[in-house]
Amino acid sequence: MVTTAGQQLPAWGVALEQRVQSWAGAASVNSSKSIKACFQLRQADFELDVDLQLPGRGVTAIFGHSGSGKTTLLRCIAGLQKPRQGALEVNGDTWQAGNYWLPAHRRPLGYVFQEASLFPHLTAMGNLQYARQRADQSMPVVAFDHVVELLGIGALLDRPPDRLSGGERQRVAIARALLIAPRLLLMDEPLASLDMNRRREILPYLEQLKSELDIPMLYVSHSPDEVARLADHLVALDRGRAVAVGPLEEALARLDFPIRLGEETGVVLSARVVERDPQWKLTRMEFAGGHLWTRDSGHRLGEALRVRVLARDISLATRHHQDSSILNILQGRVGEIATDEAHGVAMVQIHIGESVLVARVTLRSVDHLQLARGDNIWAQIKSVAVLS
Amino acid sequence: MGLSGDDITAIWLTLKLASVVTLLLLLLATPLAWWLARSRSWWKGPISAVVALPLVLPPTVLGFYLLLAMGPEGPVGKLTLALGLGTLPFTFWGLVVASMLYSLPFVVQPLQNAMEALGERPLEVAATLRAGPLDRFLTVVLPLTRSGFLTATILGFAHTVGEFGVVLMIGGNIPGATRVISVQLYDHVEALEYGQAHGLAAAMLLFSFLVLMMVYGYHRRAAVARLGGGA
Repeated sequence: MVTTAGQQLPAWGVALEQRVQSWAGAASVNSSKSIKACFQLRQADFELDVDLQLPGRGVTAIFGHSGSGKTTLLRCIAGLQKPRQGALEVNGDTWQAGNYWLPAHRRPLGYVFQEASLFPHLTAMGNLQYARQRADQSMPVVAFDHVVELLGIGALLDRPPDRLSGGERQRVAIARALLIAPRLLLMDEPLASLDMNRRREILPYLEQLKSELDIPMLYVSHSPDEVARLADHLVALDRGRAVAVGPLEEALARLDFPIRLGEETGVVLSARVVERDPQWKLTRMEFAGGHLWTRDSGHRLGEALRVRVLARDISLATRHHQDSSILNILQGRVGEIATDEAHGVAMVQIHIGESVLVARVTLRSVDHLQLARGDNIWAQIKSVAVLS
Repeated sequence: MGLSGDDITAIWLTLKLASVVTLLLLLLATPLAWWLARSRSWWKGPISAVVALPLVLPPTVLGFYLLLAMGPEGPVGKLTLALGLGTLPFTFWGLVVASMLYSLPFVVQPLQNAMEALGERPLEVAATLRAGPLDRFLTVVLPLTRSGFLTATILGFAHTVGEFGVVLMIGGNIPGATRVISVQLYDHVEALEYGQAHGLAAAMLLFSFLVLMMVYGYHRRAAVARLGGGA
């Protein structure tokens, strides 16, 4: 890679490239895993202006409504779009700095596009081979058979793209992005062009991918559900600016989260299966600060998973009602309260041990219960979604 | 109604001319069409117009200016003389140059259309799969614009076979060097050899019909395949 660069770059470029290589070596010793991205880009009706520092491992969701600049940010990171000004460093490698700009085909990344992007003149296998032949030889190659198995596409390999369903095409496209042996995987709403059933078909593969491969991933989405399932870290974009950055659990528990989620407002908790009750077919999960019972989801004892609790599914009480069908009634303390006079509702933070829940209640209830910060409170949780 | 020796010579000359012109045109038109398909430069308009000129100009106008340019006093003529190549008018290679200009739009436009229809996405996909510019062109652009290349080849070849005005202006009527089928046919008619004329004319008619049928048949099949593939 250095030699081919030397043939194409002017002298300063070669020097920079060598420096970059030595940084990369130093960085791998320090294992400073982070992505620093700073871009300014102006288009006719849109301006992207971000300065981000993201973790170099796990899944970072780039979240926002359509038109917020999510895809543009991802394209700048991929080198598919050239910002007028910018700097980009990925786990110690410089991809952009000053006048230096590494073109897309020399960036060690995998990219999954929003809509089907398989080459129509090649079969599924041909598409995978295209990536395999061009894979970064300096990277540990993900075994071909493993990738094929992970995405469940073994039976589809000899088919041309027009004989694959939308979901199957996207799975092949994800496999192709993995076979290039990427140091960073970029996904631009890979499920957006699919219907509900296809999304359900692919999400488990993505979860599998996340747990089995140690490839940092930037995942663009406007779906709170996908973000809750996959992301460890969150960047919320609004009109080309980052309006919230942080670990997923913290970001979702913020009452001042800058993007309205409406009915989808809710928190995500990391939990572990600690008990299975065969008589009532229930599972007990432990999270930092408490326990939750759910219907038995078939998870093994000790298995780590994440659960999502929506704000609309929590009601509040000042006393512990024993005579209720609700399984999960947790004691906690009231944290911040954010009122929304226009809609007559309030968002209430409930601190349970180290964890935070968010409940949506009416303003009348806030008044009736005389809710105030620090109060002892019982959170009645009507439903819990086990995400993985 | 059989073909004479002169007719056969004219046919071979025509096929040779059309083959050379088509080959050279594909080499020239591919980068030109690529540039026209992707450039947002101000020059795109004027250059597209120049490429399309042979579609609307009478061949005699084109031939007249080429005759002046390639003659001993013209800029091209001075250059070829300085290079020791002599002058191009009334030679086979003069005919090649003139035919290339005359058939240029028939090769550039199908290529340009196919390349525009290709869009940006397949190239971006290839770039994220670490394919460099040349790699992208060879492994993505060429296979995906194959039908454009086929159409361009067939139209370029057929149009060169069918030209008359430019040949007469720039090539004259030299057996084995510049006397192509259309000129030979003209000679037969001038000499009132209608039987001979019928033979050549029928051969040209059949050839042109078959060529066009191939183009349309191929495009219909390609369209059907696309429709059937929209799963």
